[in-house]
Amino acid sequence: MLATTTGTATGAEIVGTGRYRAAGVMRSEWTKLRSVRSSTWTIAALVGLTVLIGSLICVSEASNWASLSRVQRAIFDPTNVSLDGLLFGQLAVGVLGVMVMSSEYGTGLIRATSAAVPNRRLVLGAKAAVLGTVVLVVGEIVSFASFFLGQAILSGSATSVGISAPGVLQAVTFGGLYLTVLALFGLGLGVIVRHTAGAITIFVSVVLIVPEIVRLLPASISDAVGKFLPANIGTTLTSVHHLPNELSPWVGFAVLCAYAATALAVGGWLIVRRDA
Amino acid sequence: MIEASGLSKRYGRTVAVDGLSFEVHPGQVTGFLGPNGSGKSTTMRMIMGLDAPDAGGVTVNGRPYAELGWPLREVGALLEAKAFHPGRTAANHLWALAQTNDIPRSRVDEVLDVVGMGQVANRRAGTFSMGMGQRLGIAAALLGDPGVLLFDEPVNGLDPDGILWVRNLFKSLAAEGRTIFVSSHLMSEMALTADHVVVIGRGRLIAEAPMAEFVAHSSKRYVRVRSPELAELGRLLTAAGASVAAEDDGALAVRGLVEAEIGALAARSQLELHELSPQSASLEEAYMELTAEAVEYEGIGTAVASNGSETDAGQLVLAGK
Repeated sequence: MLATTTGTATGAEIVGTGRYRAAGVMRSEWTKLRSVRSSTWTIAALVGLTVLIGSLICVSEASNWASLSRVQRAIFDPTNVSLDGLLFGQLAVGVLGVMVMSSEYGTGLIRATSAAVPNRRLVLGAKAAVLGTVVLVVGEIVSFASFFLGQAILSGSATSVGISAPGVLQAVTFGGLYLTVLALFGLGLGVIVRHTAGAITIFVSVVLIVPEIVRLLPASISDAVGKFLPANIGTTLTSVHHLPNELSPWVGFAVLCAYAATALAVGGWLIVRRDA
Repeated sequence: MIEASGLSKRYGRTVAVDGLSFEVHPGQVTGFLGPNGSGKSTTMRMIMGLDAPDAGGVTVNGRPYAELGWPLREVGALLEAKAFHPGRTAANHLWALAQTNDIPRSRVDEVLDVVGMGQVANRRAGTFSMGMGQRLGIAAALLGDPGVLLFDEPVNGLDPDGILWVRNLFKSLAAEGRTIFVSSHLMSEMALTADHVVVIGRGRLIAEAPMAEFVAHSSKRYVRVRSPELAELGRLLTAAGASVAAEDDGALAVRGLVEAEIGALAARSQLELHELSPQSASLEEAYMELTAEAVEYEGIGTAVASNGSETDAGQLVLAGK
């Protein structure tokens, strides 16, 4: 006889009362996130390359400083320059967000997950909570590290700012929030598209390619549309100097959240209608 | 206990499952038989709440799957060989599933030992052979120590030792009073494991019966007769309404009369008999006959009658008869 049981046989007695809850599902999602190399490597790349790229840009800007005109020096935004590495970071968190969901569909794990937790929206919510928390913590660390390292580099030959200067703390904090909301947008795309490559393609298109296309359109259109694009909102959020034709940071952040909320809402609508 | 009633599912214009009703009872292994593509996997996915039926419904322990409080503690399932992330270790895969249903960590090591994978607990699942993947799937099914277990084509990819192990596992699980529902397209496998069968073809119920009854009721049942006066005996039997066919080794296969009638007939004509033995069809033959029929009926566009809702679990129901 195989030792398969820990309790009684028929199941009815050992089931007990109660019901699966969000806390258990979130613990499960945390286990999933930290137990595959793809996510740990993506997070490592997010931290390492974002800070590295930001630092390199600061080194380059510092060496150019002498050749800048007075006007160029006046609009130079040391905070935003030190956060330029987020251009890479936004891709890393998008990939991470997409894969948290699409890898379940790609591997067939979604069947096991849905059998364990029939409430699929709870699964999506737990994924969003865990992903959002992880990216918020890592994103803020990355953003603040980039800022302090960048200012240290810029202070040598160019101009730098302190964290207590007007608008700086808000801009650096928004750097981490920007990554968090983009990760959730990626998660929403992952649920909707269900294929890793397809969802990442859409994410990269929205974040990198659409802004380039809009830039080529007549100024009247590109000025009206451009400020609502995620990447441009990212620049707005992480800048201290603002141009007249920009959304205010908080409006921009609200628009950014609307992207993620819409993707997650459509995903949450589809996930209970489609077969797992 | 699993109860399906009028279960139907279509994908686009293809009908996968069509008005399927059956019951799976505790304490025995119920085989779920049908050719490839007959709707077995779709049915199992509907039991698990993964696919939504277009009509009808199915309950586990009296409730739809989605309403189970602790699904993994009531139902365990092996639905496909690779329902895991290849980059995650066996132990982490099971632990992530266990956490959703508040199953303790110690249970993960327990089920890994039960399936003989204690040594590879910390290896990434992507490195596993098909058979090991199957064992990991079985470990996941056992995780919550559930009273109802579903296995979809569980012997696929298993070596002979593994197949023997799985058979014994199913039998011991059933002996503990659990409900075991195992699908297969392999008759020979079911003949050795199942106590009861649910047979489907083209998404419809063909038969639902205890295994012995399923084999016994097959029209392939016949009586083998040997006699030195075979020609004369053959004429008498045909005249009495039997159908007679010569077998390769010179024996006569008689259908339509039971052995007592054949013996009486021979005695009356004073014909010498050397063998008079009832032959029951193998499960394989019974199954081939039934499923061929289902395909045939489908081919001429006539519905195969399967009033599943009226079937008595213990009674053999043959479609189209």
